[in-house]
Amino acid sequence: MSASVLFDAPGPKARVRNIIYTVVGSAALLGGIAWVILRLNEKGEFDPALWDIFNYAGIRQNILEALLATLKVFALAGVFSLVFAVVLCVARLSDHRPVRWFAVVFIDLFRSIPLLITIFALWVGILGTMSPFWALVVGLTIYNGCVQAEVLRAGVNAVPKGQKEAAYAIGLRKSQVLTLVLFPQAIRSMLPTIISQLVVTLKDTSLGFMILYPELLHSARLIANNTPVNGVYPFVQTVAVFGAIYIGLCLVLSWLATWIEKRGRKAKTGIKVAHAEEPAASDVAPAPGAPVVSAADPRGETIVTDKAPGKDN
Amino acid sequence: MNVLLDNLSLFREGFIGTLELTGASALVAMVLGVIIAGFRVSPVPPLRIFGTLWVTLLRNTPLTLLFLVAFFVVPKVLFPDLDSFLLAVAACGFYTSAFVAEAVRSGINTVPLGQAEAARSIGMTFTQTMRLIVLPQATRTVVPPLSSIFIALTKNTAIAGAFNNVDLFNVSKTLSNDGYDIAVIFIWITLAYLIVTYAINGLFRLLEHRLEVAR
Amino acid sequence: MKLRKSAATAAVVAALALTATACGGKQGAAGDGGKGPDTSGTKALKYEVKKDAKVDSPVFEAAKKRGKLIIGAKADQPYLGFEDQSTKERSGFDIEIAKMIAADLGFSPKQIEWKTVDSGARETAVSKGDVDLMIGTYTINDERKKQVDFVGPYFHAGASLLVRKDEKDIKGPETVRGKKVCSIVGSTPLQNIKKPKYGAKVTELSKYSECVAQLLNNQIDAVTTDDAILMGYAAQNEGKLKVVGKPFSDEPYGVGLKKGDKALQKAVADAITAHTDNGDYKKAFDATLGKSGSEYKDPPAFTDPK
Repeated sequence: MSASVLFDAPGPKARVRNIIYTVVGSAALLGGIAWVILRLNEKGEFDPALWDIFNYAGIRQNILEALLATLKVFALAGVFSLVFAVVLCVARLSDHRPVRWFAVVFIDLFRSIPLLITIFALWVGILGTMSPFWALVVGLTIYNGCVQAEVLRAGVNAVPKGQKEAAYAIGLRKSQVLTLVLFPQAIRSMLPTIISQLVVTLKDTSLGFMILYPELLHSARLIANNTPVNGVYPFVQTVAVFGAIYIGLCLVLSWLATWIEKRGRKAKTGIKVAHAEEPAASDVAPAPGAPVVSAADPRGETIVTDKAPGKDN
Repeated sequence: MNVLLDNLSLFREGFIGTLELTGASALVAMVLGVIIAGFRVSPVPPLRIFGTLWVTLLRNTPLTLLFLVAFFVVPKVLFPDLDSFLLAVAACGFYTSAFVAEAVRSGINTVPLGQAEAARSIGMTFTQTMRLIVLPQATRTVVPPLSSIFIALTKNTAIAGAFNNVDLFNVSKTLSNDGYDIAVIFIWITLAYLIVTYAINGLFRLLEHRLEVAR
Repeated sequence: MKLRKSAATAAVVAALALTATACGGKQGAAGDGGKGPDTSGTKALKYEVKKDAKVDSPVFEAAKKRGKLIIGAKADQPYLGFEDQSTKERSGFDIEIAKMIAADLGFSPKQIEWKTVDSGARETAVSKGDVDLMIGTYTINDERKKQVDFVGPYFHAGASLLVRKDEKDIKGPETVRGKKVCSIVGSTPLQNIKKPKYGAKVTELSKYSECVAQLLNNQIDAVTTDDAILMGYAAQNEGKLKVVGKPFSDEPYGVGLKKGDKALQKAVADAITAHTDNGDYKKAFDATLGKSGSEYKDPPAFTDPK
């Protein structure tokens, strides 16, 4: 349902009212922004000297190294979590009960534990000793692998039944049905959701600050704490700069998801592509102990039953 | 030495801390989320822009960074005298509200077109359409994702432990400083989190069951 | 959608710009050249690197093999363990002690790999072997001895209070009742000041420098930890902050190392003793802590190893 369905084309009265709302709304919005800016100015946060620290080669080098460290963890964790997700998803769909149950328990458990604790536990060496880098990568892989596995499963379940039946009918084995027929379609339809979850993975690399991994946020804190200018700690400035970097990175990924979604919708394969615009329900790790209610359920359901008109209809 | 029995009061404090923070933030997130979702589908452009900005900004920022904003920027620039619990609630609540807003919005999208059209044709205004027709029906589809969102919120409160809030994660650090075996501490902490998340899950399933209507 | 696209493009452009200019910006230290820690004295300090150092210890052998000694240090404590974020140079008393020990173990300053380790993570970092030695305001106490071994004390600090310059009420630990006092999560001075005897309201953060930032913001009334650390912050924020009261605890600083490595423990102890005897210790003190106003005391007698 697009927004416009919710209200009529405004008549003269409503137009006037809408204009009033628009003016009041804009004024409130601008007023709020102006107030924040005024306060920032009052506290001297716009002092060029405070922003000047980012003009130094050393600081830039520092940020760049931290950015690379973050991206390194993200790249590895992203790839590993997808591979792990496929393994978990296969286990979850297995015909052997013990394997299936193991997958269910594993997924449920690690989605319920705060990632921070998983990473910390990996680092202090409950499951062997790991460097901060690997603790972060493995922690992110386990958690996001579990979430992505459920996304994949929702995708597999969304593939029309006839596909599977046809595949079995022409004599494919179960492994072939999965790899040749179900997974390619599931991944295709779930790609936007998968990428949204990758955004979450990227954001979660910031938990590395807890275990001394020198990622972006670690570097942000040190810069804010160690580079006072005329006795003022540049928290506002650092948050602005690092916030922009994070938002930028995440937006690039989100934009990728939207682009894929659009492309997917143009292709005439008959398989619906999940909406990238909708929340990564997965972030938002799905309910534990709810095998049926999966990560992508709001969308998964839309796809399966198609009872809900998407916004593109 | 038994970690749990020796430090029962500390664990209880941490457990209650986590519960309080989760509850308060969930309330903030819920109220704000519904309002923002309303903004995003409203006929007034500045509100729509505000809604989009809110969701885009908050969804793409790591929560830890929001905590830095809440604890070092907000008190310095805007409100100097806020309690650290309130700041933590604001950080968690605002962050989660973006996700709630998106869940509610996609819930609104699943209400059949005819419903809103029928409401309009009998002369309801936008607010009436939303309040009386669309939102009540959207509730049903929104419940499952909301359950996930609030479970994620519970886990996210762990980050507050590093910022002057007594919660379960904070307790684990204090105890490990006291020289207890970290592995044992983690087992108890994990168990406590499982209790909270499963409770939320159960609660929402109950709610889902109650709201279930054959269509 | 358009908004999103252009925002994404802007982000990419910004990232590229940052990358491209990373080598082109201003040189030197950013921020307060003058008010940051004064490191001028430490440049002159040099320690002779022993060429044929031999220690019968697995940690040492591993370090020799990789050609680097990994030392855990603090990064946010001016005059003790501080890392300038624009030059990545470390300075402070603990850093000098670390360099002395490294020199006697046969590692030049360039062969030291520094790792920033926050207070709460020190035992873990040492016992896991993430760092070979931990030298960062590391108080020797019995709880920690269960997890790591110490060499020291090489310095005695004591808990004290840092307040704003215009503070009138807080004069010492007896006067903090009902005041908001900040320290880091789980630290000893914090546990002390919480006791009914003092009755302070505590704020727990993960870095002392964050406490200092909140103190300057008027969010809290005092910061408590070791006087040597607080003096550094007071010196860094001259005219805004001051240290009040007499130290109300004893914090013997030691070098933390992996449990059971007797040979390395002895080698580190010998190194500290040798540099104390030849005057390097006092020179290092004068160039670092001395500048923040700490008074020189002769290094204490070792309690670990006995």
